Amino acid sequence: MRADRRTGAGGWVLRGVVVTYVVLLVAWPTGLVFKRAFQDGIDTFFSSLTSPDVQHALALTVTVAGWAVVINLVFGVAISLLLVRYRFPGRRILSVLIDVPLSVSPVVVGLALVLVYNARDGWFGTTLATWGFQVIFSTPGMIMATVFVALPLVVREVTPVLEEIGTDQEQAARSLGAGGFQTFWRITLPGIRWAIVYGLVLAVARSIGEFGAVKIVSGNITGQSQTATLAVEQTYQNFDHQAAYAIAALLAFTAMLCLIVVAILRPKEQH
Amino acid sequence: MSIRATNVTKTFGDFVALDDVTVDLPTGHLTALLGPSGGGKSTLLRIIAGLDTADSGTVEIEGVEASHLPPQKRNVGFVFQHYAAFKHMSVAKNVAFGLEIRKRKKADIDAKVKELLELVHLSQFADRMPSQLSGGQRQRMALARALAVEPSVLLLDEPFGALDAQVRKELRDWLRRLHDEIPVTTVFVTHDQEEALEVADEIVVINHGRVEQVGTPDEVYHQPANDFVMSFLGPTTTLNGSAVRPHDIDVFNQPVAGPAVEGTLTELKRIGFDVRATIDTAGGEHVTVHLTRTHADERGLDVGQRVWIVTSAERRPVAQTGLA
Amino acid sequence: MVATSGAARLRPGRTRRTPAADQLQAGSALALGISTLWFSLLVLIPLAAVVAAAAADGWSDFWNVLTSSQTAAAIVLTVTQALMVTAVNVVMGTALAWVLVRDRFWGRRALDIVVDVPFALPTIVAGLVLLALYGQNSPVGVNVANTRFAVFLALAFVTLPFVVRTVQPVLEALEPEVEEAAQSLGASRVTTFRRVILPALVPAITAGAALSFARGISEYGSLVLLSGNLPNHTEVASVRVLTYIENGNRAAAASVSAVLLVVALLAIIALDLLQRRLRRHEG
Repeated sequence: MRADRRTGAGGWVLRGVVVTYVVLLVAWPTGLVFKRAFQDGIDTFFSSLTSPDVQHALALTVTVAGWAVVINLVFGVAISLLLVRYRFPGRRILSVLIDVPLSVSPVVVGLALVLVYNARDGWFGTTLATWGFQVIFSTPGMIMATVFVALPLVVREVTPVLEEIGTDQEQAARSLGAGGFQTFWRITLPGIRWAIVYGLVLAVARSIGEFGAVKIVSGNITGQSQTATLAVEQTYQNFDHQAAYAIAALLAFTAMLCLIVVAILRPKEQH
Repeated sequence: MSIRATNVTKTFGDFVALDDVTVDLPTGHLTALLGPSGGGKSTLLRIIAGLDTADSGTVEIEGVEASHLPPQKRNVGFVFQHYAAFKHMSVAKNVAFGLEIRKRKKADIDAKVKELLELVHLSQFADRMPSQLSGGQRQRMALARALAVEPSVLLLDEPFGALDAQVRKELRDWLRRLHDEIPVTTVFVTHDQEEALEVADEIVVINHGRVEQVGTPDEVYHQPANDFVMSFLGPTTTLNGSAVRPHDIDVFNQPVAGPAVEGTLTELKRIGFDVRATIDTAGGEHVTVHLTRTHADERGLDVGQRVWIVTSAERRPVAQTGLA
Repeated sequence: MVATSGAARLRPGRTRRTPAADQLQAGSALALGISTLWFSLLVLIPLAAVVAAAAADGWSDFWNVLTSSQTAAAIVLTVTQALMVTAVNVVMGTALAWVLVRDRFWGRRALDIVVDVPFALPTIVAGLVLLALYGQNSPVGVNVANTRFAVFLALAFVTLPFVVRTVQPVLEALEPEVEEAAQSLGASRVTTFRRVILPALVPAITAGAALSFARGISEYGSLVLLSGNLPNHTEVASVRVLTYIENGNRAAAASVSAVLLVVALLAIIALDLLQRRLRRHEG
């Protein structure tokens, strides 16, 4: 029963200002990209996506993002459990460091990986190269770059939920005779299921969208090591605007689908 | 009259919170608005404070028509169930808030804050943050904050509702003593009849958005206007088809003169100093009687006995229509 | 995407510490070992390599790189634009959060979702999106491509959600009674906002601003197509790093990167401290 909040003159002005700001900055420009992608008809849209180079770029994005998401899922859940359920020296530092990829420039990420893993003079790259394993300028490097930038997303969704649900249920399960793995599988995992799903969806969106870091570690060779985001840049700079808009629209659509999935799932968290 | 609400009606959607309510609350009194949850008593308090607006009707505070004044112009002190502490301000800053808004001199504010913190026994906590206080301490701080602006009326919405039993009891006694010291017109909302009976000078019983009865604690308890007030204010049992308080019935193990009812004592429970007896009458009623242990022992009661019960004549309920 | 997690961390009521925590056993110790090794190989060692490469040629070389006119201009531009955008975000982000929480109007849900679009869009797409309305073929005839305003625009786009998403949950969690208390004590709406609501939002606004600034100075993808990367004019620090890499000058690239890295670390640490302060306040 809160006091009635009628919208006064100030309220209308504020509403107008923020809506205008968001429309001019985000909604209108984003809408325009979709409009341009489809302005010559749906056939043109699809035909610009079917050139071999674009097809290859899309397939590569799926591969790289797929691996990156799987790796981040396993690592993210493991590190969350360790951070919340265990006490060990350096726990607090690790917890802060996990956030680092959130604010490191993608360009710095790319450079960092190149310095360590390049085959010519990288710290580990030369050794790996003698074993016949190339990281930089090939898919493993692109996956690493993508894992790096999306790394904290699962962890940051799962840890608060793990803290919230506490250990009561796990202890109850143990007292009823469940082993460590059974407790995790039957008690802990169902409790953090939705947090994992949010984390995953966010990681998918972030992974398919990575640009700067992948640009540096991939070599960006059309038809070979070019992902979808790199193809947007390439086609646009080659004045193939139709293709650029089509790939961009496809990426934007996928990313926004992820967003809407999260928005729909999110309220379930309340119960 | 210090607060006069006339023909106040308030609905939330289909729900009628207040239905044409009229009450006069006298200056200097400590009044309880008593009733079950959802009965409309908090809404009435919030309308008096200006935190909600009535759909129709008027509110007068100290003779001033206040229906259309915003809360900040009404000069009322309001205390919330969950303290509503300003979390980023120290205890002293919380208490000083209203005075700073009124642009009082720094020295005056400091003196007033000091005085009030002494009054609510929080002097040693002046520089603490609200998060470092217990619930009872936070509520005393909230009370000092409301009193600082010397309000013409003090309104408390379930002020002890969030506190545990022991603290609630202490604060209740303390509020009564505080009111005797500073007799500002005070209205508090409660659903706890014991609290209302113990603390208030006057009780307004509200149910389903209507005023059921207005009166002193003695009046509403012993001369309830209707069955609702009777049953809400204390325990009842049925004898000869009408509601009676269980401790207004006497039990004898032999026939007595007058309109006694005969029955069988079927149960006798001893709870500390209290004794609860259940008597099945010939008329098929199960009458509950509350006695003291001394009283029960004097009567020599035992389960299975034949007994005769009478209501204390002078305490028989008198139906009154003292509705405002 | 990023501030979603930031918001989750600042959400009140989610701060309870698990009372019982186990010591490591064999299995969990192994898991910790593998996780830490992976994290080191992926993140810590490569970032250390950046710092090492920056320091390899000595302090004076490092300093020369940063003070060379083109790089210095890029760093100054990046910091200035990031600061300006952060200032705008503090105001507009708080206003947006306010409208989303307190206002009720048709389309509010849509607005809520649109605010997240910059997080979801790939950065290169963000640049293309802005180019569509504010570039050469603008339907409204506004062409700011290859200007400094384009840098501002791109940073404003990608950092829009940070302050909104950190402030929003805090604003939602404010008890209405606290504002009612202020009003009954005589405070006007403006005073209530300034003295009661705003102070409660300051930690969240600061956290959002830190995230926004950190993101602003490190931005690359959205600027590639939009700003033209004109040396001494619209070239930002991360573009400078890329140019150095493409020219094979990794030491110089590492020097600029090291600066960006330190600022990013400071932002993370500031955020962590803020979060702890916030927890203490609520306790």
